[in-house]
Amino acid sequence: MKASEFTYERPTEISEALAIVAQEPDEKAFLAGGQSLLPMMNFRLAAPKTLIDLSGLKDLKEIVAVGDGLRIGATVTYSELGASALVSEFSQVFDSVLPHIAHSAIRNRGTIGGSVALADPAAEMPAVLMALGASVELASQRGSRFVLADEFFQGLYLTDRKDDELVLSVLIPNSSKSLSTGFYELARRHGDYAIAGVCISDDSRPSEAFNAPKVVLFGVSDRPLRAKSVEERLVGVARTDKQKIRSASEALSDLIFDSDLHNSQDTKRRLASVCVRRALEAM
Amino acid sequence: MGQTKKIKVTVNGERIERDVAVRTNLSDFLRNDLGLTGTHVGCEHGVCGACTVRVNGQTVRSCLMLAVQVDDLEVTTVEGLADSGPVSALRAAFLKRNALQCGYCTPGMLASAIEYIEKIGDPDRKKIREHLSGNYCRCTGYQSIVDAICDVIQVGAET
Repeated sequence: MKASEFTYERPTEISEALAIVAQEPDEKAFLAGGQSLLPMMNFRLAAPKTLIDLSGLKDLKEIVAVGDGLRIGATVTYSELGASALVSEFSQVFDSVLPHIAHSAIRNRGTIGGSVALADPAAEMPAVLMALGASVELASQRGSRFVLADEFFQGLYLTDRKDDELVLSVLIPNSSKSLSTGFYELARRHGDYAIAGVCISDDSRPSEAFNAPKVVLFGVSDRPLRAKSVEERLVGVARTDKQKIRSASEALSDLIFDSDLHNSQDTKRRLASVCVRRALEAM
Repeated sequence: MGQTKKIKVTVNGERIERDVAVRTNLSDFLRNDLGLTGTHVGCEHGVCGACTVRVNGQTVRSCLMLAVQVDDLEVTTVEGLADSGPVSALRAAFLKRNALQCGYCTPGMLASAIEYIEKIGDPDRKKIREHLSGNYCRCTGYQSIVDAICDVIQVGAET
C-alpha cells in the first residue's frame, strides 16, 4: 500500500511542465489534487516514473470570465468551485452537484481538471460538463486546442488527451447562464461513487415546456452516456406533465448499460430511469 | 530510498526542516519521521478518514498527500489542537457523550468536527452527518459523535 519509487518535479511555469512531459510522456503523470492518482499509486495500479506536481502553476488556479464563457483552471478544487460566486452565476448546477462529490476532505484537494483528465465513469463532473456544453482546454509543446466535452470522454479512463498534453482549463460557455438544470444521484452512502446518476440541461425557462434537453447519465457505462431517446421524447413536454415525464424517463432501451459488482445491467437501467425522472421532476 | 527533497513545513506551530523521500506520504512523514502518532492510518487509500489532518486550515487525507507537497505549508495534527475554545469543549463533549470507544477514528473525527464547527456551525444533524460522511467509526454508530458536535454548537450559541 505504498507507491513505488518515482522522481518528483514541481515546475513553476506551464512551459516548463510541458517541456518535462514532452520527454517520454507515457512514463510521466501530472499530479493535481492526487485524490485518485495517489490511491492508484498506493495500490500500484499506476506507477509513473515521474510525477509532475502542478501546484506551482498559479495560472491553473484561476477562475476568470473570458469572452466566450467562464474559464476554470485545471487545479481549482471542488471546495474552491463551491465558494466561487462567479461559478454559481454561470450555472446553479454546481451547487447541487458538489455535495455529492466524495467528502469534505477530498473536495478540499480534488480538482476539476483531475476529474476531467482521469475520466472515471462514475464521476459527476464529466457528465455535468457535457450537459453544459463545456470544452476542455489542452496544451502541449505542439500547441493548444479546445475539445468539446461531448467528444473528450471516450471510454473507461480514456479521453482525447494525448500523453504529452496538459489539461489547462475547462471552459463553461456563456449559454449555460440561461440553461435550467437538473441533477440526481443514487449512492449507497453519501459521497460514495454513484450507482447511477444524471445531469440534465435545457434552454427553456421553468414555466415553459422542454425545448432542447440534454440528458447525460453517469456511473452506468464506461463513459458518460447521452440518453438521446429520452431527450427526443421530452421535446415539447410541459414541466408539470408527470405522466409524459415518467414515460420519457423510461426510454432507455437503446442504451447499453454496464453491470457492477452489486448491480446487474437491468438494475442499472431501472435505477438510471428513476434518476432521470426525479431530476426532471425537480427542474 | 530514491529521490529525496528538503522541505520546510510548520507542524503544530513548529517550523521543521527535513529531507524526505519524495514517495513518502504525509501520514507516514508525521508518524515515522516526526513521531506524531496521533494521526492514525487506516486504509491508505482515502476511504476511512482516520488520517485526516488540517493543512493551511483545510481538512485533508494525509495518506493522499505527499510529504513534499506540504513544503511551505502549515499542518495541524490532533497533537496540535488547542486546549481551549471549541476544541476543549469538543473533547469534553466526546467524553460526556461516549463519542469514542476504541479511539482509532477520533483524531480524524476531531479534525472534521472542528472544520464543521468553524465553517458551517449548524446544529442540523443531517448536515453534521453529511460532513462526517468521510470518516468511518466502527464502534459508536455515529449517533453519539453527532450528539457531541451538536452539544458544542448549541452551547456555543447560548454563550
